[in-house]
Amino acid sequence: MNARLLPYVLILPVTVFLCIFFLYPFVLVAQQAFGSDTGWSLDNFRDVVSHWKFSISLWNTLLLAAVVVPVQLALSLLMATMVSKMKRGRDLVLYVWTIPLGISDLAAGIIWLAIFEQSGFLNSMMHGLGFIDAPMNFISYQNMTMVFIAIALAEIWRATAIMLVILVAGIGLIPKEYYEAAEVFGASPWKRFLKITLPLLRPSLQTALVLRVILAFEVFAVVAALGGTLFPVLMGETYSYQFDLSNSGAAAAIALIILAISIASTLVILRALRVPKGATI
Amino acid sequence: MAEIQIKNVAKTFGAYQALHDINLTIADQEFMVLLGASGCGKTTLLRIIAGLETATTGEVWIGGRRVDHLAPKDRGIAMVFQNYAVFPHLTVFENIGFGLRMAKMPNAEVTRRVERVASLMHIEQLLKRYSGELSGGQRQRVAVARALAMEPDVILMDEPLSNLDALLRLEMRAELKGVLAESKTTAIYVTHDQVEAMSLADRISVMHQGKIVQAASPIEVYRNPAAHFVASFIGNPPMNFLRAEPAGSGKWKVAGETVDGPVSAATPLQLAIRPEDMRLADDGLKARVKLVEPLGAHLLVTCDVDGTMIRAVLDSDLTVKVGDVLTLAPQPDRVRWFDPQSTLAVA
Ligand SMILES: Nc1ncnc2c1ncn2[C@@H]1O[C@H](COP(=O)(O)OP(=O)(O)OP(=O)(O)O)[C@@H](O)[C@H]1O
Ligand SMILES: [Mg+2]
Repeated sequence: MNARLLPYVLILPVTVFLCIFFLYPFVLVAQQAFGSDTGWSLDNFRDVVSHWKFSISLWNTLLLAAVVVPVQLALSLLMATMVSKMKRGRDLVLYVWTIPLGISDLAAGIIWLAIFEQSGFLNSMMHGLGFIDAPMNFISYQNMTMVFIAIALAEIWRATAIMLVILVAGIGLIPKEYYEAAEVFGASPWKRFLKITLPLLRPSLQTALVLRVILAFEVFAVVAALGGTLFPVLMGETYSYQFDLSNSGAAAAIALIILAISIASTLVILRALRVPKGATI
Repeated sequence: MAEIQIKNVAKTFGAYQALHDINLTIADQEFMVLLGASGCGKTTLLRIIAGLETATTGEVWIGGRRVDHLAPKDRGIAMVFQNYAVFPHLTVFENIGFGLRMAKMPNAEVTRRVERVASLMHIEQLLKRYSGELSGGQRQRVAVARALAMEPDVILMDEPLSNLDALLRLEMRAELKGVLAESKTTAIYVTHDQVEAMSLADRISVMHQGKIVQAASPIEVYRNPAAHFVASFIGNPPMNFLRAEPAGSGKWKVAGETVDGPVSAATPLQLAIRPEDMRLADDGLKARVKLVEPLGAHLLVTCDVDGTMIRAVLDSDLTVKVGDVLTLAPQPDRVRWFDPQSTLAVA
């Protein structure tokens, strides 16, 4: 076979698969979003954006991402650094830490609901220890901060590990000699983390952050389980337009808005963490 | 003052003993070269001095201070790594200035020092590049410059010029020696290039299988090798060895000839003589020529002496053909003797 053609032939199956199962539905969604009785229009977007719930869900989604992602970034960096320093038992620790990854997001939401409910673990524990007299209602519209904290906690618990595994792999790729050189030239452990680990981890940080941020904008099941309608998010709105209101044009419009936000944030992350030419390991 | 003392240092990796009971004192401002074949433990010893590896037993003292328990940065050293370890995410400038920045030196001073050492190493035009855009030899010079910029008391260099072409290496060698002498730095320099060792060293420590076999001035190591290994390792072409049988009271039989030798020994020894210390004479060893290599300045002749191959460096205007039988006389004051059992020199 012609060597110039071969690579294209090899990627053909994947390309076809993606076209059928990704590009085609995407075109359909776009058609729905931009279509109306009178041909092409932005009516769907106008309707969706002007609805009173839109700005709340947008704000909630962004706020949740803004709180959860940095915490997860810090946590996963800390955990990855610790794991990489371990000589023995590191695989075991990694397995344990990544268990939440194997749990569906709805199940994760339900687990945390079981903790925070009025008859949940947290209440029984605090009651048992005598901190409170009667079970408290943590998750209610009167206590929005607590709702937010519960959702954020569940998200952090559920999805930190995905960043962790990427960062552990990335740290493993940094040659030991750079740390030794830094040590000889006077860098403290903290300085080594700042001056060696972080910059050399940029490619992994990019991947981890892009993945995580996109997932954060798509947050749905955990919120649904814990907050229900108390805490509207964009993905939840998509769901309710599609299935409660049977307005698939509006649902498609919100889906596209989420996509736009995801693409924009991806570009920002890639740009912020780009590695200059010639500066790779 | 930065004298380095290594006392009874040994190092084992699992079951493998990489260093055996090393004892070495390097005087303040001395240029010490560690010379030895690949895998003999040079890097390991250097890393122990630097504090990147802990000795299994033994002590390391720098400047009258025991430093075993100190972190590398508190030992007053700078190091050139064998694999360079030039940071890929920093420019050449920031690489060279890395240690200075860690020491919180003011910007102007950093710039001054970086530019000075960069010009010494002929890399001033590369300061804005990243390491991915450098050749191996350029990277190596960045690594040397980074260590020099620290103006340390002690500089440890692990084959710092191994990747340069011959001409540049010659030049850098001279630069390095000059700079270090001027800055009164104590230097340990690892190499397996004996010419480099000879030309740079105040003293050479020859290492073999995790031991220091001899530590002495270059000329001493060359003229009076303390062991068979040193004799065969140093010198190009290498030293010749001939079997010698005792013939009573300081007389030895070598290839049928009687030679004066040590009085003390009574078991067979090895007579050692450098190729350039053989002369054509009327009286001496009968050598049948096997190979003639004209080297310009000299003639390198390989011959068979009673079944042993030896080499002799002769005058280039001699006409010698393969098959000729030469009579070669070792210069008596250059003959050395080794005990094949202990492999040590016999006086
Ligand atoms: N971390 C380690 N674990 C196990 N063995 C090691 C380790 N480091 C070095 N060794 C072994 O110790 C011996 C000495 O290694 P070292 O790197 O000091 O050699 P060297 O003299 O620097 O060789 P070269 O000239 O090739 O650089 C080698 O046999 C090597 O295999
Ligand atoms: Mg080495």
